[in-house]
Amino acid sequence: MVAATGPDPVIRVVGVRKVFGLAPVLDGVSLDVHGGETVGLLGPNGTGKTTLLKILATVIRPTRGTARVAGHDCVREPEDVRREVGLLAHESHLYEDLTAMENLVFWQRFAGERVRNDSLRAVLEEVELDHCADLRVRTFSAGMKRRLSLARLCLGRPRVLLLDEPFSSLDQRARKWLEQYLQDFAARGGAILMATHAFGAELDVADRLVILVSGRLIVDAPRGTMTADEIHRFYTLHTEEAS
Amino acid sequence: MRFVRRTWAVVRKDVLIERRTKETVNAVVFFSVLLLFVFEFTLGADRERLAAVLPGLLWLAVLLAALLGLGRTFVLERENDCWEALLLTPGDKGAVYVGKLAGNGLLMALVETIVLLLFTLFLNVDVAGALPGLLLVLALGTVGIAAVGTLFGAMTAHVRARELLFPVLLLPALVPVLLAIVRSTEALLAGESLGTVDHWLKLLVAADVIYVVAGLLTFDVLLEG
Repeated sequence: MVAATGPDPVIRVVGVRKVFGLAPVLDGVSLDVHGGETVGLLGPNGTGKTTLLKILATVIRPTRGTARVAGHDCVREPEDVRREVGLLAHESHLYEDLTAMENLVFWQRFAGERVRNDSLRAVLEEVELDHCADLRVRTFSAGMKRRLSLARLCLGRPRVLLLDEPFSSLDQRARKWLEQYLQDFAARGGAILMATHAFGAELDVADRLVILVSGRLIVDAPRGTMTADEIHRFYTLHTEEAS
Repeated sequence: MRFVRRTWAVVRKDVLIERRTKETVNAVVFFSVLLLFVFEFTLGADRERLAAVLPGLLWLAVLLAALLGLGRTFVLERENDCWEALLLTPGDKGAVYVGKLAGNGLLMALVETIVLLLFTLFLNVDVAGALPGLLLVLALGTVGIAAVGTLFGAMTAHVRARELLFPVLLLPALVPVLLAIVRSTEALLAGESLGTVDHWLKLLVAADVIYVVAGLLTFDVLLEG
């Protein structure tokens, strides 16, 4: 997959700083992500990856700097940004005592849209959960919940996916499925920013890797220019320096 | 139309989950029955004393039971951080408030029906003559209590000591509503007509309008944190 490098990035982060209490979690982070591009955001725990995703999703506000999604400012135009973005967070955003189908029906209704059961069934089929459409989410495995969360996101037809550890809790088959899903999403022109602290095969879906250490962006390089070993060495070196 | 659809989605979802888990309904109904037993044992067969304190007891039972239910309004949304997903879904967030308010209204109506039935059975009170007026007072009182309870339920949803903070915030704000409903109920059970309590009803209507409008206007800010 070739990264698009058009003049207008879908995600533009400029000099973003976020301070919780006295400690800066993000310190002057700048980043562009274009349509059709998948960017892997690497970094150890507590380095600000989730904070950056939540700023872009308009859940939290930056202390300084600007973040824009599809041309909309995340602080001044949060509702416009929310129409473009789908956030796959650590938490599933699902109601445990509703079935998979009922969860999708609720979120579609809550988005103010008319519910069409056949299209929801098709979405469940896409995430390979059609056989458990009428089972309560409480009975699902972590991987099934992850896939249902992704199905929920796709109801809103976002242009941007913000994924926080998307491959966690997934078995080999589900990982393959998600890789394919993300590649298809990017091929349709969507932009993906994917936070992870793993160096496994999931990085293969990324066109570009950025490494965040102690709230600073220390590497921004095309995926193909670094081997997995190089990324790991570089990452370890900077993490040790920072600590 | 979208607002109505969003509101309906919230009500339907909450009712469906409550129907399955029965967590709040079971606790609230059981608590109401316990309260009535306590009242019965405390007051005994003294009819005069009972008649004097009946309006206060009726609303005390409803209020204490409602406190249990209202405080749990947003607990459901904390599970799996659905609160965040509600925030991130574009559209008017006032629909969440109205949906939760309607759900709480339904819960309170259920509690009031049970309490009223049990009052007539256990305490041998005849409310049939005052019923039309009483229903109006119950309806207006329910809107007021549910409106403030829903708002403060959202305010305290992420606070660690929310079980303590919720009644401390709620009860002072409810003083005008409580005053009006207890006085109106007292007059109606004493056989007076609705016309004699119209000033209390006007206070109730005004309080309801103020609380619902305040809830709608501030809920967006609360949800955004």
